[in-house]
Amino acid sequence: MSRYELRFSGAGGQGLITAGIIMAKAASIYEGKEAVQSQSYGPEARGGASKSEVIISDGPIDYPKVTRCDALLAMTQEACNKYSDDLKDDGVLLYDSDLVTKLPEGNFKKVGFNIINTAKNEVGREIVANIVALGAMVALTGQISKENAEKAVLSSVPEAFLELNKKAFNMGYEKALAAK
Amino acid sequence: MSFDYDKYIRPGKLPHIWCPGCGHGIVMKGLIRAIDACGLKKEETAIVSGIGCASRLPGYMDCCTLHTAHGRAAAFATGVKMARPEMNVILVGGDGDGTAIGGNHFIHACRRNINMTYIILNNKIYGMTGGQFSPATPTGAKASTTPYGNPDPAFDIAKLAIGAGATFVARGTAFHANQIDKLITEAIQHKGFSVVEILDDCPTTYGRRNKFKSVVEMMNHLKDIAVPVKAAEKMSPEQLQGKVLTGVLHKEEKPEYTEQYAQVIERAQAAK
Amino acid sequence: MAKKVAFLQGNEAAAQGALYAGCKFFAGYPITPSTEVAEVMSVELPKVGGKFIQMEDEIGAMAALIGGSLAGSKALTSTSGPGLSLKQELIGYACIAEVPCVIVNVMRGGPSTGMPTGPSQSDIMSAKWGTHGDHPAICLVPASVQELYEETIRAFNLAEKYRTPVMIMPDEIVAHMRERIVFAEPGEIEVIDRTAPTVEPSKYKPYDTSFGDVPPLAAFGSGYKFHVTGLNKLPDGFPTTKAEYVQAEEERQVRKVEGNAADIMKWEEYLCDDADIIVVAFGSTSRSARFAVDEARKQGIKAGLFRLITFWPFPEARLLELSKKAKGFITPEMNLGMSHGVVKAAVEGNAPVLGIFRVDGEPINPGQIIDKMKEVK
Repeated sequence: MSRYELRFSGAGGQGLITAGIIMAKAASIYEGKEAVQSQSYGPEARGGASKSEVIISDGPIDYPKVTRCDALLAMTQEACNKYSDDLKDDGVLLYDSDLVTKLPEGNFKKVGFNIINTAKNEVGREIVANIVALGAMVALTGQISKENAEKAVLSSVPEAFLELNKKAFNMGYEKALAAK
Repeated sequence: MSFDYDKYIRPGKLPHIWCPGCGHGIVMKGLIRAIDACGLKKEETAIVSGIGCASRLPGYMDCCTLHTAHGRAAAFATGVKMARPEMNVILVGGDGDGTAIGGNHFIHACRRNINMTYIILNNKIYGMTGGQFSPATPTGAKASTTPYGNPDPAFDIAKLAIGAGATFVARGTAFHANQIDKLITEAIQHKGFSVVEILDDCPTTYGRRNKFKSVVEMMNHLKDIAVPVKAAEKMSPEQLQGKVLTGVLHKEEKPEYTEQYAQVIERAQAAK
Repeated sequence: MAKKVAFLQGNEAAAQGALYAGCKFFAGYPITPSTEVAEVMSVELPKVGGKFIQMEDEIGAMAALIGGSLAGSKALTSTSGPGLSLKQELIGYACIAEVPCVIVNVMRGGPSTGMPTGPSQSDIMSAKWGTHGDHPAICLVPASVQELYEETIRAFNLAEKYRTPVMIMPDEIVAHMRERIVFAEPGEIEVIDRTAPTVEPSKYKPYDTSFGDVPPLAAFGSGYKFHVTGLNKLPDGFPTTKAEYVQAEEERQVRKVEGNAADIMKWEEYLCDDADIIVVAFGSTSRSARFAVDEARKQGIKAGLFRLITFWPFPEARLLELSKKAKGFITPEMNLGMSHGVVKAAVEGNAPVLGIFRVDGEPINPGQIIDKMKEVK
């Protein structure tokens, strides 16, 4: 039975918990797989390193937390340092190349681009950096189809911001493929 | 024809537990006359209390009666009233129950302005446990736990209620028996949270420790210190020294809580 | 028509379960990590004409809950450790006055403020022994978002059926994780309402045992006048200190739960039939245990999982039976040995019981359980 473990990490307030929830929702509601999302909760969610974990599987998921990480998103250096220890050799690290300059050692694939900058200057709003990152994670992990992920994004954001989020998601998806 | 108290007393539940000379029975009779004057139906009236001598009162009343835990009457009653706003909810309790262990529930019931009437029988002492000082015991008074005189200042319960947001606050005494039902009647008819403080006596645990020679002396004391609010307007601060105002002390109209919540329901259902 | 599905947090699912069960009254006080239950109820209850009130403190919330239930509403509150401690006196009141109500208690680290956002399973004993005096205890310990939804419905059914408070205690992991949930259709899951009296109001006694161990309960405001107290009481609800009544009443209150334990207890046995090692676990820890059992089987260790869904009443008879064949038991738990002691007592020395106790705010992982299995001789 396939078990795929993702961790979205960064600073509190970057929207990573939301990104994780949308990823899990996409897998569980739209892709027809099983998924569990959990998070570090509390003071950390408002500053400091923050993480949201998602397990995706074809069958029932017992242990709901990451055991060995298949895919890690790191939106800050602190989060990268703190959460990259258990990344598998055949796993993938996605990082914001402006903020994470010291990369951890390991044989896993390392993919970086300026995620926050992309949101701010190319999509137009920094607040959707988490959706840019989500698009990139969907592209890099191959666990769910682009279509299903986009459906999950659009069903999770306020109606007034559908286009903005769609743009953010697609831009992240394309940039990750280009940077791979 | 004399008033028929038995109509409101639960058959077989008397005699009551109160000591000879205690004023609680006088207050209960006043409450019964007020319930009758307001025309409240017994099965639509909940009488809720906490723990203590005064809190035994609901057991004698032929209504829906809820004898709760120490201090918690206002919170239990809030649940009853929220679930069934059409019920008449009356709370009864002592000064310790209501303003010490139950102080938080008391002030928040005042703040919400939920349509209930709280009758506080203030005898300045924890009677049931044998006479320990309460938040209403005067500074210097003797109690079983203030053998050298009470170092604590006392609450002015009526002022506390006004400050916390109660929209009807009145005070009477067990001596002024004929005024009690009038104050309670007006309190029940008021829409919002109403508080009626009745200054009471406890000859058994307060009087004997504080140089009151008899129940009559305690009652005379209540008579002497009480000054109706109207009369007080004409008196100097010196003349009012040691006196206590009685009558309706505060009355205002403010939105009532269960009506406010009915609007919440309307808004939620409109948005559905 | 396809069933309604959603991707929900555990706490949100508990609220949805309560709504399915017909909950019309919520009184609570904000506390991490259970607050989402209150938040969902504040949104949903007024839509169905129910009442939500945020009280001044945890004690007030429990008091209002009992008041709301006595006025005829199915009633819910949610809390966590420190709040549970504060509510305990009035949980005892609900026990002795026999007022149905449901308490969702999300288990976080303790004692005292402890670790507000860290998972724990250390309120299990509070569920049974937290309030003073002898009293019945029902405590449910779901392990998934779906199960938290369904067990909350069952919690209401048990509360209403047995006229008693019921606690449902997800640990923080179960309460905060998100999974897909399939909503039950109306009528799909049985919903039980308290038995109302059939006698005329003048003949009604709130504790009339001629109707059995669970006497019918009238609602305030429904035409019935009666007395409710936290004192030991007579069948008519009035206080008594008469020895024969007090003894009989206390025994009945406990018996109505213990005597119906078969109806209340619920557990799942996974690969227990031929197991040498049985892991007894509940809540999120049982998910680690199941993972560990599967891994152990791959390694040739005959392991099984006994997953508690009801914690109280505790299924000691079944564990005793299993202990006659098993070589050992393991109790992984996020506390310092609470279920360990209960399991040890249940198996009466037939097999060793090894504990894994973790209170550092981290979940027990499958590796820890597999390592412990290797210690069983």
